[in-house]
Order: sequence, then C-alpha cells, then structure tokens
Amino acid sequence: MTAEVPLHIALGLVDVELDAVRAKLGREPNDLELAMFSVMWSEHCSYKSSRPLLRTLPTKGKDVVAGVGEQAGVISIGDGLAVAFKIESHNHPSAVEPYQGAATGVGGILRDVFAMGARPIAVLDALRFGNPEDPRTRHLVDGVVRGVGGYGNCVGVPTVGGELVFDPSYQGNPLVNVMAIGLLEEGMLTRASADGPGNLVVLYGSATGRDGIGGASVLASATFGDQDPSKRPSVQVGDPFAEKLLIEATLELIARQLVVSIQDLGAAGITCATCETADRGGTGMLVDLDAIPRREPGLEPFEVMISESQERMVAIVEPAQWAAVREVCDRWGIASAVIGRVTAEPDVVVLTGPHGDGALGPDGRPVAGAVELARIPAPALASEAIVFDRESRAPARRRQAPAPGSPAEPVAALPVRGQDPGAVLLALLGSPNLSSRRAVFEQYDSHVQANTVDGPGHGAAVLRIKGTSKALVATTDGNAPVGQLDPWLGAALSVAEAARNVSITGARPLGVTNCLNYGDPTRPEAFWALAEGVRGLADACVALGLPVTGGNVSLYNEAPGSAIAPTPEIGIVGLLDDVATRVGPAFRGDASAVLLAGRATPGLAGSEYARLAGAAPQDDPPSIDLDLEARLQAFVREAIARGLVESCQDVSAGGLAVALAEMCVWGGRGARLRLGVGDSPAVALFGESPSRLVMEALPRHAPALELLARHHGIVTELLGTTGGPRLVIELAGEGATGAAEERGSRIADALEVAVEDLRHAWDHGLPRALGWEDEAADGAGGAALPGLEVAG
Amino acid sequence: MTARVGIVLFPGSNRDIDAANALVVAGAEPVRLWHESVDLEGVSGILIPGGFAYGDYLRAGVIARFSPVMRAVAEFAGRGGPVLGICNGFQVLAEARLVPGALLRNRGLRFVSRQVAILPDRLDSPFTREVAERRPLRMPVAHGEGCYYADEATLDALEADGSVLWRYANPDGSVAGPDDPGNPNGSLRGIAGVCNAAGNVAGLMPHPETAVEAVLGSDDGLGIIRSLVVSAAEYAATGRVAGTRQPAGGAA
Repeated sequence: MTAEVPLHIALGLVDVELDAVRAKLGREPNDLELAMFSVMWSEHCSYKSSRPLLRTLPTKGKDVVAGVGEQAGVISIGDGLAVAFKIESHNHPSAVEPYQGAATGVGGILRDVFAMGARPIAVLDALRFGNPEDPRTRHLVDGVVRGVGGYGNCVGVPTVGGELVFDPSYQGNPLVNVMAIGLLEEGMLTRASADGPGNLVVLYGSATGRDGIGGASVLASATFGDQDPSKRPSVQVGDPFAEKLLIEATLELIARQLVVSIQDLGAAGITCATCETADRGGTGMLVDLDAIPRREPGLEPFEVMISESQERMVAIVEPAQWAAVREVCDRWGIASAVIGRVTAEPDVVVLTGPHGDGALGPDGRPVAGAVELARIPAPALASEAIVFDRESRAPARRRQAPAPGSPAEPVAALPVRGQDPGAVLLALLGSPNLSSRRAVFEQYDSHVQANTVDGPGHGAAVLRIKGTSKALVATTDGNAPVGQLDPWLGAALSVAEAARNVSITGARPLGVTNCLNYGDPTRPEAFWALAEGVRGLADACVALGLPVTGGNVSLYNEAPGSAIAPTPEIGIVGLLDDVATRVGPAFRGDASAVLLAGRATPGLAGSEYARLAGAAPQDDPPSIDLDLEARLQAFVREAIARGLVESCQDVSAGGLAVALAEMCVWGGRGARLRLGVGDSPAVALFGESPSRLVMEALPRHAPALELLARHHGIVTELLGTTGGPRLVIELAGEGATGAAEERGSRIADALEVAVEDLRHAWDHGLPRALGWEDEAADGAGGAALPGLEVAG
Repeated sequence: MTARVGIVLFPGSNRDIDAANALVVAGAEPVRLWHESVDLEGVSGILIPGGFAYGDYLRAGVIARFSPVMRAVAEFAGRGGPVLGICNGFQVLAEARLVPGALLRNRGLRFVSRQVAILPDRLDSPFTREVAERRPLRMPVAHGEGCYYADEATLDALEADGSVLWRYANPDGSVAGPDDPGNPNGSLRGIAGVCNAAGNVAGLMPHPETAVEAVLGSDDGLGIIRSLVVSAAEYAATGRVAGTRQPAGGAA
C-alpha cells in the first residue's frame, strides 16, 4: 500500500514543495535529488517556518565575531580569546531511544563548537519530562541522564549545569536541549565556507552507515530498493571515543592551518555539509559517491548522501596540504578520504564511477563514463531553501481550563488561615522541580579540564580561564509554565532569568543562544505561540542589550493528544573579569544584613506554588518590566564590582521563600527576617514575579548598597540578618494566615523552619520522586502540600 | 632543577589537561608521552592520567595495558622510577598488574562524580611525602568503575605491608567502609589508592590533579602531585626514591 504514496509525500514534502523543487531545477527531480531536498528542506535544516521570525532577532554586538548562520556563535572576550557557544535540541531521537538520543545530542553540539576552532570546555543540558512517577518517564530520565553522562564523561568535557523540569505537557514528548561552550584563540576561528575552486573536499572521522536516515525515515518502506528489513534505518549511535579523537585531530588541523574550512556532519549528513559549505563560499562541489568510506556494503546512493552517522567532519583542503592532513588523521587513528572537489560552478553534483570504483580522476575531473546521479544548485538546498509564511492565530481561550475537581478560587487566597507557611515551603523545596538535582548531576563529570569553579547545583556555572584572571559564567533557563499562558511573557522571562543568573555572580552577560521548542507550525495557534515567543525573545534581548548569536528551532513537539508547553530554552554566557570577585548564592556569614531588591507584583499563575496547590489560577502570571530588569541587573553587577555583596540569589521558581531557603541550605546557616506581605502572603512568599534579588551584605555595607539601588531606581527592603539554625520569616501586614492574627497581633504569622529540615526536604525530593531511593527512609518534604485545604 | 614528568597519552585520555596543569602548579615540566612510542623522553617520573583509554570498551584499562608505551612504563617501574596512575590510570596499572587489586563497577552501578575526602594512611611514601598532615584531603572523584577489590588475604597483606596509601573518609574523619556515606563506590576497607610492594608505583581513583588550586574549590591534592614531582627529581638525581624497597621486577 505504501507504493501508492507519491515519493515526495513519503519523504515528507508537500505538493507545493515539489513544485518549488521543479522550479529550482527547471525540471523533474530524480529520486536522489528529491531525497536531498527532503532532508535539507526539513524544518531542522531550512528553518522554513521560523526563518521570517528569526530575522527579527537582534544579532549585532561589538564583540560578536561569528553569529547566526555559523555553526556556533563566537564572541570575543579579550586577551585574544573568544568563546563559542550554541544550544541545540535532540528531542525526537531521545523520545525513541533515550540513551543514544541524548548521547548523540551531546556529540552533535560539541562538533558545532570545535568545528569553529574552539576546544569544548563545558556542556549544559536542559531536560524536560512528564510525570516523574510514571514508569515511562523514569525510563526516559534514566536513559537520557546516562546518555548525557556516558558521552560527556568519556569525551572529557565537563557537564556543569542545565535544568531538569517535570511537567505533564512533556509526557509524550520529552525535551533534550544541550548547550556546549568552547574556548578559542581568535586566530583559530574557522568558518564553514568552501572557498577556492580546485580545493579538496575531505571527509574524516567515522565511516558512513545506515544509521539515522533521519528526516527521511519513511524511505525504507517506500519505493526505494527492496523490502529487506536489514535496510531499516536506526537511531544514530554515538561513539564518544571517536569524538574525542575527532576533537584532537580537528584542533590540530586548524592550529597548523592545514585546512581552509571545516564543517561537522549532523542532520542531513553529507548532503548538508557539502551544500551549506558550498553555498557560503559561493561555490559548488563535485562529490564522488564511491570515495565515501562505508561501514557496510550495499548502501543506496540516497542512504550515503543523507545518512546521519555520527562523528564525521568535512574539511576543505588545498591539494598541497592533503598529505599533512592525512598524516594528522592517521596519527589520531581516524579514517580520512578525498570525496570531492570544490568547483566554481555553484552546483552540488553527485557522481559515481562507471564501475562504482571512483568518479573523479587525479585531476579532480570526472573520469570517462562517470555517471551524474544528482545536480542541484547549492543555494537551492541552503540559503534559498523554501520559506513558508505560516498562518498565525491567537487561541480564543488563552487560559488553561481548571483540571477536573480542582478549585476555581484564585490561588492568591492560599495559604489558608491556619496553614503553616513553613510546611508549604518544605513541600515546595522537596518537590520534583525545586529539590536538589544532585542525584542527576553526580552522574556527570563536572570537573574534568580543571576549570570548574562552580559546577552544577547552585545557580550559574563558573569556569575559570587558565592563564588569565577571567572566568566564564553560563546558564540555561526556560520558563514554560508561563509560556503556556502567555508565550511572549514566557520567552521574555526566560531571557531575563538567564541573564539575571549570570549577572548575580557579577558577570556581564555576553550573548544569547536559544533553542525554541514549539508545536506543529501548520497549526495557526501553535505558530502564533512560536511567533509570540520569538517576539518576547527579541524584546528582552534588545532591552538587556544582548545579541542572539545562534540557536536551533525544534517544531512538531507534539504527541497524540498533547502538545508541549511552548518552551524557549535560553543559554547565556557571561564574562567575569576577575574570578576572585565572583559572588555565589549561599549565605556566607552570620549577622549579615539581608536585603530584598525589587518588589513583588501580584499573580500566581504559572508558579510552582500553583502547581503544587493543584489549583488552576484565574489570575494572570506576573508580567515583566524589561527596563526595570535591565536596571536591576546593572545594579547588582555594579554592587558586586564595588565589593558590597556577600551573596546573592534571584527570586524565581518557588518564589522568595524558596530563594531564601536555598541560601540558608547552601550556606549552612539560618536567618531571622521580617517581610511585609500586604494582603497576600502567598504572593509575597511564593509568587514568582521577576526582577527581584535577595542580597546578603555586611552590615556596614548595607547603607551603601541601598543608596546604590536607589541610584538605579531599584526599591529595597531590609529583611533582617543571617545566623542561627532556623529560617524565620515574620510576616507583617493585613494578610491573615494564622492564629497570631486572631490574637490581635499585626504580625499575621511567622514562617519558621530548621535549616536541617529544609536541607532534608531539598536533598531527598528528586530521588524520591524518581524512585531512586527507599521511600521509607524519611518523612519531611513530599510532592503534595501537606494538609492543604482551599478556603471557601 | 625542574623535574620532567611524563603524562602518558592514550587515545581517549582526557584528564591530561588537568594533569599538565597540576604538574606546572607543582613546579614540574610536563612531557606528553604518546601511546605508540616506547621512548620516555628522559622523564624521571610518570603520571598516567584519567580518561577512557581506547574508549574503555571492553573493560576499563584492559586494552591500554598492551600499548607500546606501557611496555616502557613497566620497564621504568622495574628500575624503581616513580609512577602514579589516577582514575583510568589506576585502572590501567591494575590491569597491567603493576599495582595489586582490581577496580570493579561502582556498587551503585552509576557513574559517580562528587567531592570526596581521602585520608593518607602514611606520609612517608613517594606519593604522600609532601602531604603536610594526616587529615582528610578534599578532591573530586569521577568514575564508573572505581570499587577497589582484592581478596581478604591480599587486603590483609597490603595493610601489613603499608601498601594502602589512601582511604575514603566520612564527614567525621573516620575511614569510610563500603557502605558508609564517604565511600563513593563501595571500595573494600575504604581503599582509595594503593602502591606496589616496591612502593614506587601507585594508583588512586580520586583526582588530586583537579584539586590543586583554591579557585577550583580545593588545593588539597597538591601535596600528592608535589610528592610525585619531588620523587621524580630525587630519582633523576640519585637513581632511586626514598621510601621504596629494592624493586623486584616492578610487579607487586
């Protein structure tokens, strides 16, 4: 029955796309050409739905030396050094085969970075899954975590940060986004541009096999060849050992100036690497199909051309350097082969010899009897690929419907009278999304290369730069719960939070890489969410003065019956001029002043508090004033530079109470505080309105800190002092939560929890949620609000 | 006189960067030794770094022991030269029978990366002589196969012999047995590192070479690296290292 499906449909192209292919070629495409178009015109390679939106992003910056369109963004950091970084998704492979999906996700993004001439120095992984208690989720988490670790640990690049978030919207479609960071001397910068007709096209690394016949996975059951089940495509398989050799060989090739350019092979394999490099160089290529090293016999031409076998690179090499290139590859035990020539004529031409034994002669010209299997103008596959102007429509109903049986009241009324806010805090700290991620990140080598100053666990990662006083600061953040309610706001908050996490160490954010995880762009509501997300990303980047240097778009993140919450994952790298000045998020001493900078705004929708309460908030999520956010971040950077700050944490998931609890747990000391809560203790304690920081300062520095805040237009509130074994927050205001108010006191109630209990809840939440520890072991914390009943 | 200390580079070694950094911090000149060469380039000490030599595909360290460079390392060890294997380097030395015992999969069956504390058993060995006092030293571990194993009789002999050099420590400073919180992998008797009978070849699972600067969270590992460097300098000058016994062919 599959034979009745037209080939272009089987390959995932629609009729208008076939017409566009005909127009580009001026004739009917043959089957191989159609296969090449199908992979290059996939969303992943062509950005055909998102490209018009992405053009609106700010990409300029005085220190940007390579940006959007390159394999990774590169930003100068002084001293002749630059940082290369990029984030990319591997969602769908990870949903099918979590270990290899995640492992090859790490491998792919590392290649993007070292192909630019940078040594990879860090990986961050942002992971999103469904219900942690579901067996399928546990299978995926376990496989993905082992895959990230299995690859990163072996290849010798530390995994220094990331995220792990659980939300029902990812139940059928987990997200695996991996960011890589590399460091390079600016002279090493290499672009993937096939310059110089007559130069050699060299393929090096692993041999080409049948694995990962990606976007065209339907091929095997279509009209190509026979129905031999051995020809079924498989998920790509990663070999971190081969990648480690590839890193060393590639960096040696670049350092010794043996290559004109380098591109890694990822999605769409050789097709992508040849047409993109040719397109950037304004050239074309003759590709000798017979010269491509194979892992197995009997591969069809289309399989060779679109295979996504891992750990392969393409280099453009001047003929005189080929012997030296080959020597380097041989020494590292890597196969290498000349598979083609750069041509002035801008066509990618795939050839085979008369007996399948070589199509190009020593002079680089086709031998007599060579057969042309495909001829496509390089731009048609790359920069001039088809673009769609998708229909966008805001959903009629923007708010979530309440879950069956859930309370309809605004969550702002919580906690109810008599509810102990300390118990709520313990429940939040022990919840799957807010508890310690240690059980996961202890499976990642976070120290190798001896640069890790602050690894995973406590906010942004800090990596010193050897031979300088500088450090890089890196983080990933994505706010999907708010994005589900308001995709503009979700994206803007994600950028703001990522930048804030960098700024509160004292570092200056340098630039943004983004991974846009959205739904089916042919659905107008899903495309609207993407468009709003890009608009929020652009607005926040402009407001914070941050260039977008690259990223990746992952669409069609939908499983039957569910679409993911729109998830813009933001990666930011910052620069700290003197690592000795860095500030961490743990309380450092007793008797310090504790200040809150910024003011809470109403709204609990999209918060972890609302999630745990099981209530569907009827209010709006708190919005963001981007100008205020920019001033807040400038303030904290200046305060740190002046030495006024002992420790600092931003208010984000879980709200102020969770931020304070983290500072206590990480610092091993409590605090005695008093907080004005207005008419809503829940908003004050657990609301997640942005642009707020908790700052610890020596008492003698507090006046200067408050003065500096005023100078930046930031309000501050002196909350109290650090010290003691408990976190105590007296609540002041008319918001009534407990018995004290009934005694006529203006103090509504107090939150009071021993730091040891906070630590216990925080330590055990995740392993318990995932079933990684004996449930009987302890009592504190948990996944539900203890004894919570809703008022009314 | 700057000691020249070789760093053995297998395909898949990845803590060579850390090792070179640590040797420089400790005042030595690092010399990278390629796995296909038997030329030790005149070094007077050898550090086998962590990583996944040859991908560790069969079993950690098992292929590396057959490499040309390991023949040269074994000869060097047999002449009494100081050799320190860290993490994968320890696994390679154990597979090559240059140090006693074996390293099994971690008891928890997962890769473990965390800060641990190790307690030196003695301060008069070639690899602990520069450690100031017998207190827990903080440094990271990062391995999947680090559970130290030998039969009971061998363990007794190693202890009697002074061949146990480091043990994992609990937060209270006591030795961390296989089930204790301070023991990351279930190593028997808390053993984190051992040396051969002659005392000139040692291996340990934790990473002193990644804990040599306060900015990295700990410099407690520097004493161990400096011990190797001092022993290497002594070997270069005198042809032997204090605290070692007459080598008996380098084997334990």
